[in-house]
Formats: sequence, structure tokens, C-alpha cells
Amino acid sequence: MTESTDTNKVDTFRQQRNKEEMKKQLISFALMIGFTIIAFVLVGTEAMESMFIIPLLIILAIVQVAFQFYYFMHMKDRGHEMPAVMIYGGMGAAVLTLAALLLIVWW
Amino acid sequence: MSHDHSLNPATMPEEPEKATLEGKNKFLGLWFFLGGETVLFASLFGTYLALKNSTAGGPSTTDLFGLELVFLMTMLLLTSSLTSVYAMYHMKNNDFKKMQLWLGITALLGIGFLACEIYEFAHYINDYGFTFRSSAFGSAFYTLVGFHGGHVVFGLSWLIALMVRNAKRGLNLYNAPKYYTFSLYWHFIDVVWVFIFTVVYLMGKVG
Repeated sequence: MTESTDTNKVDTFRQQRNKEEMKKQLISFALMIGFTIIAFVLVGTEAMESMFIIPLLIILAIVQVAFQFYYFMHMKDRGHEMPAVMIYGGMGAAVLTLAALLLIVWW
Repeated sequence: MSHDHSLNPATMPEEPEKATLEGKNKFLGLWFFLGGETVLFASLFGTYLALKNSTAGGPSTTDLFGLELVFLMTMLLLTSSLTSVYAMYHMKNNDFKKMQLWLGITALLGIGFLACEIYEFAHYINDYGFTFRSSAFGSAFYTLVGFHGGHVVFGLSWLIALMVRNAKRGLNLYNAPKYYTFSLYWHFIDVVWVFIFTVVYLMGKVG
């Protein structure tokens, strides 16, 4: 029962579906690379005032992280309700933590 | 079903990582852990943001950071995230050898990232005298970025242990959840890095 089954393949329908999924993953990777390059170019060329550039950088980071969570980590797929609850719960506590620490300094 | 039966394509479930109760629990457990990690890193980010201007007369963020190295590190880590997606793609196609190959590439990219980080820290310490003890900014910087680097070290050890231990076993319902939870952890390391390069390096360069 332990012989290798590496040479066998799963059925073609499923394989085709996995392939299409992989195409989406590649598109999201390309977009993430794009966002990264935009962020570095914005800072490298000093194209904007820091007042505008900082919110823009944060938005780019959030979009990139959303791609990472929903595509690379499959949170868009079915059966990911509990992971979403946990990660959003973590993010909620994270925002409170950040707010508290920054408030102490800026007050 | 005994847990060390290799996967047979005819009976292979669509999601081998979640086909057993153990797999389902590992999947949920890792996400729970990642929720906790989010809070951990938030407290380190909050500390860094609070202390980044407390340089005690030492070098500041604009003096220290160079964008080229950080860009290279970002590309290495982002690409390693994609290669682990490829590994999971081959897992779902029950192709163990290709999965191991892509995980090997992931490990190499991770090692490349780590080498850059060690070079970066050595550069700050030797050329700027910027250490953990030079200022509150120094402590906050090395704690935040070093903690992320520590996660990379842990992830690499985890990955190498998995690859070596299962090299002759092939893919089965017992180790599929192990590989899958590793890939989730590795993506999370990249998530944290996205915020590090944005908040620490890019925002530090802007001033």
C-alpha cells in the first residue's frame, strides 16, 4: 500500500480547474509586484509631498496584503469563514494596539 | 485508514490538507495562531512608530536606509511566496516531486532574503555604529525587523525539516496538512514584510 503513485495523475477535469486557479494566482502575483514597484518608485523619485505619499503607501500595502490573504492563502475560497473570523479578530486587536501605542506618544 | 498510506489519484480527496480531522484542526489552529501573530506584530509596529524619532543623536531613518537592498529583499520574499503557491498547486495535482522542487526553490529564496538581512544589519553596525543599544530607535528597529527575520529562520527550519523527513514518504493524508500549514505561515511572513518595507523603510525614507 505504500508504493509511489507519483507517476499517476489526478483526473483531467480537476487538473484543468487547478490550472485555472493557478492562472489567477499568477495574475495576483503580477499585481503585487506592480504595487511594490509603484511604492518604491514613488519614494525613490520623491514624486510627492510626504503628506500625500504616506497614506498612498499604506493603501498600496493594504491592497497587497488583501491579495496575499484572499488569493495566496485562499481566503476567497469556500470553507474559510473561521480563518476570516480569526484574522479579522487579530486585525481588530492589532488596530486597537496600534491606536493605543500611538496615542500615548502623540497625546 | 492508516495514516501513512500514500495518496492514490483515484481516491485522492480534492483538498488532501483538509481531508482528515487532524488536517482540519491544523488548518484552523494555524489561522488562530496567525490571528495572534497579527497582534504581536502590531505591538512591535506600534512601538517602532512611537520610538522611530528618538535617535539620541545617532543616525536616523533617512541616514540609514537604502532602497536598493530593501527592494531586492522584497522581490526575494514575494517570489518565494509565489513558489510556495506553486508547491501547493503540485500538491493538489498529487505530484510530490514537483512539490518538493518548488519548496526547495522557496527555501533558497528565503535563504537569500536572510543573507541580505544579515548583510544589512552588519552594514548598520559596522559602518554607522547603529546597534540595538544606540538609541530607542535602534532597539525598536532591531526588535521589529529582527523578529520578522526570526520568523524567516523558523519558517526555513520548518520547511527543511518537512522536506527531509518526508523525502522518501511521498505525499499522504498525514503530511499534506503539514505542508499546507507551512505554506500559510510562509505567506504570513510575506504579509508582515509588506508592512515592514512600507512602514519602516519607505516611510522612513520619506521622513
